[in-house]
Amino acid sequence: MKKAIITVIGQDRVGIIAKVCTYLAEKRVNVLDISQTIVSGYFNMMMIVDVAQAEVSYDMLAEQLEEIGSQIGCVIKIQLEDIFNMMHRI
Amino acid sequence: MLNRSEIIETNQMIEKENLDVRTITLGISLLDCIDSDLGRLNEKIYQKITTVAKELVSTGEEISKEYGIPIVNKRISVTPVALVGACACRSKEDFVSIAKTLDRAARQVGVNFIGGYSALVAKGMTAADRLLMESIPEALAATERICSSVNLGSTRTGINMDAVRLMGSIICETAKRTGDRDSCGCAKLVVFCNAPDDNPFMAGAFHGVTEADAVINVGVSGPGVVKKALEKARGQSFEVLCETIKKTAFKITRVGQLVAKRASEMLGVPFGIVDLSLAPTPAVGDSVAEILQEIGLEYPGAPGTTAALALLNDQVKKGGVMASSYVGGLSGAFIPVSEDQGMIDAVNIGCLTLEKLEAMTCVCSVGLDMIAVPGDTKDTTIAGIIADEMAIGMVNQKTTAVRLIPVFGKGVGDTAEFGGLLGYAPIMPVNSFSCDTFVNRTGRIPAPIHSFKN
Repeated sequence: MKKAIITVIGQDRVGIIAKVCTYLAEKRVNVLDISQTIVSGYFNMMMIVDVAQAEVSYDMLAEQLEEIGSQIGCVIKIQLEDIFNMMHRI
Repeated sequence: MLNRSEIIETNQMIEKENLDVRTITLGISLLDCIDSDLGRLNEKIYQKITTVAKELVSTGEEISKEYGIPIVNKRISVTPVALVGACACRSKEDFVSIAKTLDRAARQVGVNFIGGYSALVAKGMTAADRLLMESIPEALAATERICSSVNLGSTRTGINMDAVRLMGSIICETAKRTGDRDSCGCAKLVVFCNAPDDNPFMAGAFHGVTEADAVINVGVSGPGVVKKALEKARGQSFEVLCETIKKTAFKITRVGQLVAKRASEMLGVPFGIVDLSLAPTPAVGDSVAEILQEIGLEYPGAPGTTAALALLNDQVKKGGVMASSYVGGLSGAFIPVSEDQGMIDAVNIGCLTLEKLEAMTCVCSVGLDMIAVPGDTKDTTIAGIIADEMAIGMVNQKTTAVRLIPVFGKGVGDTAEFGGLLGYAPIMPVNSFSCDTFVNRTGRIPAPIHSFKN
């Protein structure tokens, strides 16, 4: 398992989760956990995913997610989980 | 399981508070390139650097993508060239040819700086050391990416005053040779006392002779993150203030440790150290001066500055040491003038002087750094300033450095522009009373009594 965190932030609209999850399903990225909220009109989602079985390279994943983000007016970022674990866990 | 606020906190640091990995520096030993034939030596140096560092830049970019954190610089440090070239170089020009080779190799692998055009002369100079030092003005004028450093003293050996005097004139000469570019050659030339072997930061990076064949050293930075965290500690006690800095430094350094380990794995090169420095840039919100202001000073330079800086430096180390398995380099707060907008403002408003900066260097990690002084400053005055700074390092068993830029053709009231990361600086007045008779004495200042620890 190779865990990564996907964050999606932007103006709320219909179909953001659908769009992101469809893409992830197509590329065989397994979603382990989702939390999502709206803060003063802004859509804010965090997903923990497993990219070990992904059919595209990590590089490509990051690039394509960014592109999807720009299509739906959100900023989408993918980062390997380690950076958060290192920073917040001893 | 990670929670939302932790993820938001990390990303906020990266996106809004300028958290970044300042540099991945690949140290490369050139000792196995030594040859008595200059042509062969140059060829071997070029081959070794372009082979070992081939993947450095792409690896840095890949790690940056994996974790979503900027890695600003990818750099190389090499064995001090005075040692590498000693066998082949018979003249200054011979050494300059090595500088050009290093520059070419740096361009080939895509790094913006390569450090190690250096000599270690804390106790004495060999003929090669002297030639290298004399070749520095030409080497820095003829190249783009070379950084040069000279170690002039140490707590164990004392201060080599002959070399200090020589470097006073070399700095002035370098300023003249690069006079058409606001003497920017001097921004790539630093002199040290107690120079560390594993410093990843330019201009002082070189690959010490006690190091392995190749090693990865990483420098992290995040003055903006510390500043932001301290905003929440306004009006609180020193205990709260120190705890806040410590915890923040821990988090910043952990990122450096992660990146260093990853780079080491990917490049197949051993991990050396993480340098936990707070290194500012000219960008707004990336300033050590602003941290000092947040601690409670109107401007850096005001009474209390040295104490505030001492506290900051110590807490950064305390927080950082636990975050990394190996800590080294300079590790502390940097106070370069030209690279820190807050420092520039403090100089312009008349709050920060050269003398106060000297006092500040007693308690922080480097020294008189990136300070522009009038172009007509005498060689001996520069040497005197260097001697003072070396004495602080020698007596306090710490690294100190001097990177002064006597800006050719400019005086107090003018501004020097170095461009990019090197920034710009108002020209500061220098005490012009003479120290000629002192500086012109020959020999060295003996090591202090507390160096005899055996």
